[in-house]
Amino acid sequence: MSKTVVKPNSGPTEPRAVRWILTGLALGFLALFLVIPLVSVFVQALAKGVSVYWTAIIEPDALAAIRLTLIASVISVPLNLVFGIAASWAIAKFNFRGKALLITLIDLPFSISPVIAGIVFVLLFGRQGWLGPWLAAHDIKIIFAVPGIVLATLFITFPFVARELIPLMQAQGSEEEEAALVLGASGWQTFRRVTLPNVIWGLLYGVILCNARAMGEFGAVSVVSGHIRGLTNTLPLHVEILYNEYNFTAAFAVASLLALLALFTLVAKTLVENRLRHAAGRTTEKTEG
Amino acid sequence: MNISIKRRSVLPGFGLTIGFTIVYLSLIVLIPIAGLLLKTATLSWEEFYGTLTSARVLASFRLTFGSALIAALVNAVFGLLVAWVLVRYPFPGKRIADALVDLPFALPTAVAGITLAGLYSSNGWIGRFLEPLGIKVAYTPLGIMVALIFIGLPFVVRTVQPVLEDMDKELEEAATCLGATRWQTFFRIILPTVFPALLTGFALAYARAIGEYGSVVFIAGNMPMVSEITPLLIITKLEQYDYAGATAIATGMLLVSFMILLTINLIQRWNRRHIEP
Repeated sequence: MSKTVVKPNSGPTEPRAVRWILTGLALGFLALFLVIPLVSVFVQALAKGVSVYWTAIIEPDALAAIRLTLIASVISVPLNLVFGIAASWAIAKFNFRGKALLITLIDLPFSISPVIAGIVFVLLFGRQGWLGPWLAAHDIKIIFAVPGIVLATLFITFPFVARELIPLMQAQGSEEEEAALVLGASGWQTFRRVTLPNVIWGLLYGVILCNARAMGEFGAVSVVSGHIRGLTNTLPLHVEILYNEYNFTAAFAVASLLALLALFTLVAKTLVENRLRHAAGRTTEKTEG
Repeated sequence: MNISIKRRSVLPGFGLTIGFTIVYLSLIVLIPIAGLLLKTATLSWEEFYGTLTSARVLASFRLTFGSALIAALVNAVFGLLVAWVLVRYPFPGKRIADALVDLPFALPTAVAGITLAGLYSSNGWIGRFLEPLGIKVAYTPLGIMVALIFIGLPFVVRTVQPVLEDMDKELEEAATCLGATRWQTFFRIILPTVFPALLTGFALAYARAIGEYGSVVFIAGNMPMVSEITPLLIITKLEQYDYAGATAIATGMLLVSFMILLTINLIQRWNRRHIEP
């Protein structure tokens, strides 16, 4: 027997025993860090039966938290979507100075601690912040109120759509748009009929990730929220309060909603990824053919 | 007339889109960050430097940067392994395993935090097996590392995976034909090819781990000097109305984040130059 069994067309590979050990190690690692935690959320949530689970979810404070989480997401996802489209149009279709810097600045919120994302708004709008006295005089509350939560969510989810769209639009170039304009389409028609269909799956991909983060953000929102039950608690903050009150079953019940959201996100993301890969395959065929 | 004017794009909407981009970027990101830096500028040097070098803050730095480093190293090793297995070996349930890798991106950090704390506490599913061995994970610095490994897991896998997929198998075949052992091929051919991606993934995981708050606070125990991470210390100062202290630490962390971001950009530029001659 030779040491490396080379199958035709498969190239050099490792002995079967090594392959099995490596696969086992990798799957063991994924099971320990991903599967077991995921399963345990649902087991803990249902530990005291379905009725206790249901009570924890339809309790007024939990419903208020669900509502606030939805509000934060419904405001921040569309705004960041519009921004993502505008930024990627400007960056991918035009040449200008400082483009690299602009891309870096757009990515900035990703590399900043969520806690810092919260504190910047406290320093701006809080009682001791730059605009604090003015806001107090006009009786406007931003920190420890809903606007602060929305602002922190906007900051945290800022780059999600833009960073998906920019490379996609850059790869597609602007020949199709130029052709449409030459044929007499208006700028808006060109965008809607040519650009948008080309990037729709990438756009959807960004929206899915943006929404998951908007609904799940904890650190930044925690700094600006003030944790007022029923008023300024999002779902993740509600989980924290229940957990710190040793109400573990209720905490995991509410957490299981967020875990379901995560599972939905993963499924939707995988489906969209497949469509994206198909679309990418079609563009390379087109350019090569 | 200037002849060297760049060829102008015929597409419309540049003014509108770049204008909106810059205004929105300034309102949501740049002005708030500038507010933090301006606040730092109002501190005296003693206030700033004194806060950053106080014993409690230094202990939190050591803990945060140290455990983030160990977690990112674990993720580099196992992330490479997972990416390798996902790209090269067939096994049942591969698509599910592949999709699941992104769970830490999708699962809210607070959920991850309470779940890991539950699993690794002394009567949890995993903790009860570690307790007799004398290993305490929950409410110790070890627990912080577990949480940071969880949230950093996808970074290395997702940066290394596409490079492995695109890798030319002919190089490996050539190496094998020329008499290299599989081990030599790995160290001389495969590892150098994926190394820039591995480094990028490592840096991304490290940057994320330094700033992480939600998943850590539940499992850390949060004892000052022992298991108190820097982001938590910022919040503690804020809750005690020590705005100067919170600002100083936040600016310190922000500068570290900028440096890591710069490093990642440099790695990627260096990588691009190697790939595209």
